[in-house]
Amino acid sequence: MSKKVLVIGEVRDGAFRNVSFEAIAAAKEISADGEIVGVVLGENVSGLANEMIHYGADKVLTVESDKLADYTPEGYSQALQTVIEQEDPEGIILGHTAIGKDVSPKIAARIGSGLVSDAVGIEAAGEEVIFTRPIYSGKAFEKVVVKDGIVFATIRPNNIPALEKDESRSGDVQSVDVDIKDLNTIIKDVVRNTTSGVDLSEASVIVAGGRGLKSEENFDILQELADVLGAAVGASRGACDAEYCDYALQIGQTGKVVTPDLYIAVGISGAIQHVAGMSNSKIIVAINKDPEAEIFQIADYGIVGDLFDIVPKLTEEFKKVLV
Amino acid sequence: MNIYVILKRTFDTEEKIQIENGEIVEDGAEFIINPYDEYAIEEAIQIRDEHGGEVTLVTVGDEEAEKQLRTGLAMGADKAVLIEDEDVEDGDQFSTQAILAAYLQDKDADIILGGNVAVDGGSGQVGPRLAEQLGFNHVTSIVKIDIADGKATIEKDVEGDQQIVEVSLPVVVTAQQGLNEPRYPSLPGIMKAKKKPLETLDLDDLDLDEDDVEGKTKTVDRYLPPEKEAGKILEGELDDQVKELVSLLKNEAKVI
Repeated sequence: MSKKVLVIGEVRDGAFRNVSFEAIAAAKEISADGEIVGVVLGENVSGLANEMIHYGADKVLTVESDKLADYTPEGYSQALQTVIEQEDPEGIILGHTAIGKDVSPKIAARIGSGLVSDAVGIEAAGEEVIFTRPIYSGKAFEKVVVKDGIVFATIRPNNIPALEKDESRSGDVQSVDVDIKDLNTIIKDVVRNTTSGVDLSEASVIVAGGRGLKSEENFDILQELADVLGAAVGASRGACDAEYCDYALQIGQTGKVVTPDLYIAVGISGAIQHVAGMSNSKIIVAINKDPEAEIFQIADYGIVGDLFDIVPKLTEEFKKVLV
Repeated sequence: MNIYVILKRTFDTEEKIQIENGEIVEDGAEFIINPYDEYAIEEAIQIRDEHGGEVTLVTVGDEEAEKQLRTGLAMGADKAVLIEDEDVEDGDQFSTQAILAAYLQDKDADIILGGNVAVDGGSGQVGPRLAEQLGFNHVTSIVKIDIADGKATIEKDVEGDQQIVEVSLPVVVTAQQGLNEPRYPSLPGIMKAKKKPLETLDLDDLDLDEDDVEGKTKTVDRYLPPEKEAGKILEGELDDQVKELVSLLKNEAKVI
């Protein structure tokens, strides 16, 4: 049966995050030949709406307000509640991003629905939609269905491929008026730490460092490699505990769980907690001077040796090949 | 300040996961307080020490979770509540939300702290769900909090960036790594914890029926990821290894 599915698009720095398009692909799986309704919230975002249609949405609703300029759970939930009441969808999909994971449980509680968080796979099986999601940070997986309420899920970036962009697709773009009440949550400031602009959760290539880096300054050689590859820099808990880098970069069971196409582990021994956070990466490269390091057990390719010799050479070689 | 901490008993992060008949094997596994919840307990104790009041730990689970509550009491919390949920069929995040809300609705909490995510289920849903049901504000992934004049000024981790948020109490916050350094229970703390009040409740005590809290999602299967085969350790001169690696990534793995 065809279903109407809402997809909440997420705009960051004036453009959609790629996971918004991946969410449309996930919605297609749920909707069968039903309607996919994109939703864009923010200030000065209406001009972007057509892009959701190019990626497969049939219609896009925009909610513009200065109170939506920054994300707040209250502002977004008021706007989304209005849209949900108006559209009465049978499914809702968001990206499992800082915003998606913050607002979706609030909405689910408000509308009395189940919610599947952090899905990495989706399949329709007759009337049911089965989501695959990691548990124990990827040490295991579960398959989950929503049995009460709408088919509501957040999807992990970089796991469900977006549909091909088709600029010839067209559809309605409508604005929805929402009178958003005064907010109890006030955003005072945002401090940008992510210098390279590549977010770990969405990065297709990650260069991660461990205790083997030996100092905060030495993370610079990882950044140089990352810059050549357009990669994000991550770290093991050991490197964070040793204050070589910020905890925001930590990958592992406590920390971020990532699934890039390429994960380069530099000076990382491969403790079980770290491996939980990255073992589902498509290709894993390990660079470590200890041939017995556990990381080699899960690496697709490994180089045994001194990272301070290897990484700069690797950066130079990638430069040659990628230019 | 009337401070509550919601916490969960989870597998130790060192544990390997085994599955039999679609269920996680728990026999012989070590259990701990969910690591993110430890930050919440530590912060709750610090807030109490600064502002006065009382820290109450609350968990939903089985009787085994008493051990984790005692650990939290030994860290310095004042009292603890265990809400047993063995009768709940297909419990999920909604179930936990509904049970916690039933307990907390008349408690006049100023602040409720929890972990950003549990390292087992990994959904991160319970905090925001609970806030919504109680009519509280919520702020997730916090790395700093200051409370003054009925307001909390909070630094929140947003995918590596920091957002500074001001929010009025009461509020539900969830702790991210970096918030603090959780203390270890001291020996006197452990001795004292044995005498601190630990209340055990069940659904009847909260006027809940099993049907009221039945999960809204259902896990239909659990499985382990396929074992990774041992990869290729490159050999030869370092310069050649580097060239070979780049070539393999480009031509064999096709990831660059």
